[in-house]
Amino acid sequence: MKITLNNREEIFTSDKLTIAEIMDLKKFTFSKIIVKLNDIFIEKEDYDKTFVKESDNLIILHLLAGG
Amino acid sequence: MSKCLYLHFTTETNRKQYIMGHNLSELKAKQKTLQSWSYVWHPIEKGYNNRTLYINVGNCEIKEKPVSQQMKDKFVGGKGFGLRLLWDATTPTTKWNDPENEIIISPGPLGGITQYSGAGKSLVVTISPQTDSIMDSNVGGFFGPFLKFSGFDAIELQGKSEKDLIIFIDGVNHKIEIIEDPGFSVDSHIMGEELTEYFAEDEKDAKNIGIVSSGAAAEHSLIGMLNFTFWDNKRKMVRLKQAGRGGTGTVFRNKNIKAIVAKIPGVQGNLNNVVDLEKIMTVGRDYAGEMRDLDDKQNQMKKKGTANIVNVMSDYDLLPTHNFKYGTHKDAIKIHSDLLRDKWFTLGINDGCWIGCAMQCAKGADNFELKTGPYKGSKVIVDGPEYETAAGLGSNCGIFDYQPILEANFYCDTYGICTITWGTIVAFIMECYENGIINKDITGGLELNFGNAEAALELLHQLARGEGFGIIAGTGVRQMKKLFVEKYGADPKFLQDIGMENKGLEYSQYVSKESLAQQGGYAMTNKGPQHDEAWLIFMDMVNNQIPSFDDKANALHWFPMFRTWFGLQGLCKIVWNDVTPADNKLEKEPHKIPKHVRNYLAVYEGVTGNKLDEEGLIRQSERVYNFQRIFNIRRGYGLRKHDAQPYRAAGPVTVEEYLSREERYDKQLKEIIGFDPQGKSVEEKMAVLRKHREDQYEKLLDAVYERRGWTKNGVPKIEHLKNIGMDLPELIEVIKPLQ
Ligand code: SF4
Repeated sequence: MKITLNNREEIFTSDKLTIAEIMDLKKFTFSKIIVKLNDIFIEKEDYDKTFVKESDNLIILHLLAGG
Repeated sequence: MSKCLYLHFTTETNRKQYIMGHNLSELKAKQKTLQSWSYVWHPIEKGYNNRTLYINVGNCEIKEKPVSQQMKDKFVGGKGFGLRLLWDATTPTTKWNDPENEIIISPGPLGGITQYSGAGKSLVVTISPQTDSIMDSNVGGFFGPFLKFSGFDAIELQGKSEKDLIIFIDGVNHKIEIIEDPGFSVDSHIMGEELTEYFAEDEKDAKNIGIVSSGAAAEHSLIGMLNFTFWDNKRKMVRLKQAGRGGTGTVFRNKNIKAIVAKIPGVQGNLNNVVDLEKIMTVGRDYAGEMRDLDDKQNQMKKKGTANIVNVMSDYDLLPTHNFKYGTHKDAIKIHSDLLRDKWFTLGINDGCWIGCAMQCAKGADNFELKTGPYKGSKVIVDGPEYETAAGLGSNCGIFDYQPILEANFYCDTYGICTITWGTIVAFIMECYENGIINKDITGGLELNFGNAEAALELLHQLARGEGFGIIAGTGVRQMKKLFVEKYGADPKFLQDIGMENKGLEYSQYVSKESLAQQGGYAMTNKGPQHDEAWLIFMDMVNNQIPSFDDKANALHWFPMFRTWFGLQGLCKIVWNDVTPADNKLEKEPHKIPKHVRNYLAVYEGVTGNKLDEEGLIRQSERVYNFQRIFNIRRGYGLRKHDAQPYRAAGPVTVEEYLSREERYDKQLKEIIGFDPQGKSVEEKMAVLRKHREDQYEKLLDAVYERRGWTKNGVPKIEHLKNIGMDLPELIEVIKPLQ
């Protein structure tokens, strides 16, 4: 599927992925993130229950680290 | 003191073995006071003493200087005071080792409050032996607040003594003494203990002593740092925090200052005589609540300290590995931060480097048995490692084992050299060694391949002893590049590409290749590439939040200015962003952690009584930031050419580096640059990528200079200085010919 992830086009081989699976694939392991799917906040406990589908707009905003 | 302190040594045998081969009463008997100067103490008014302390160690002159309203308005405190005093004390040609060069330590108006986290910082300012330009370094520990409680907003050290001295700021009896060193040790972990025991009345009084010292390696290198002690009440030990960057310790030892000691009667609730204590306490309690409730789910600062991001950086290809060639490594798992929490750090103990800090990130590894060097066999406490130390002494040198990393951490601290600088230096040497630029004959037999922890440690001990190749290493990357070209026939272009320094200062430990904004965040800094001005990698590379040049320029204005403010006030930058409020996501600009920015405005108002909004906060910083830029220009630096970066900070220098990210780079060539990589050699692809990235960096400079109100050559415009209220005649005089 093709989605928009952080304002960039992103293609995944699978057609059905949860947010948790996408984070796993992208190695997004930082703990301080804000997730929005099609403009709706998704809570941490819902990452593995929320599915992302073709054309969705996913924002995984990493807050500052380092320094 | 009747009872011995146990400080860095964890057994009596160790202590007896090392603390003083001398005895304190003998030292006291030998004490020779060269100068004693009494002063009238006044309570602090709204965060200011309104005077600074001047000491010339060359002729033992001691005096106080008034702080004018203009100085407070334009320079605020901390780094601002340091810069103002240093400008007035030096000429454009003053060298780091000239007697007129100064070391200034200033805590800032908010420094020393205990009701909001992270308010014990001070700023050290000097002309750097590494950069020949202006260095500032932010450090915790007790000395800054104790200097302030003793009656001074800054200490200014000038001159050069012929003999080693101890400066004693007696905030109990209100006098300053210059004492000839009766024979204290040199290395900080011992000297900190000796001086605490020497000056404290008894064990209870140890918490009222704050010490600045350096160490043996600072005497033989350009990269010496300063240790600031803090008293760990639970462990009954002196701990160390570092003003690491740029050779402050080298200047200190060059002046033959062995230590500065400040002693106060005690810390009480409102020594800063703030205007509205309740206002500060309200936000302080709220912040402490966030740490209590959220830290475990977020960064685990209380369990892992700043090193919590070692594995995170590796996951995002940002952990410098093998002299910044790569951002990750298969063995990075061996230095995962969980290991620090589970195996090395002592947990459940208050690790704040200043009183009242709820973040408590100054982690320590107790009972660490040293395997090398002069203290081999001793069990000591290691202060750290922090992230930068783990990455610098570890992954960047190809070392993925916390045992030698902690050992090097301990020795860097006690020898008085900066772990960040040392890590980047050793990584550079290792790459030169592996490329045959230097060899065993040159290194005196040390096989300095990546991963050789034993050789890296021996190099460090050599530096402390002032011997062999260690002395060359201690000159830093810039000097080594020159030497390797001139003496060993190295290719200057290759060394320029891989030598990770800018302005003469070594890079701190993040890979900036894939973040253009961070390249600017490093190389456009005033003092050299340290991450304390701007850390924009996630915003830029991962979040894609600042895609345009304008966006990046705005970020490279706001973040450096915001973070400069901590150094004006006496605050710790970690507290701002290393825990995030639960409702932060609802904020318009969540990446700025707006609630914490509002907290700072409240604390500022609570201390000084002056209202400040975000714009005013940025303005305070902008004035000092531009002053520092012009100070660099006055010294012949601070122009566009000085903001150039080594190519490794921007892209792959070697074929192996390109291949390690081939898919990503090929994609960029095709999609962004419009160059089809199909069928092209790696060298061809690298050349096209390099040209593109170098062009991008030049465009970034243009955009950022414009945003900062500077000319294309990086010179602040007179008009801009007028707009920010910093059109001081001495500044105009410097920049007028360059407009
Ligand atoms: S956050 Fe860490 S470094 Fe900053 S003041 Fe607190 S303990 Fe010290």
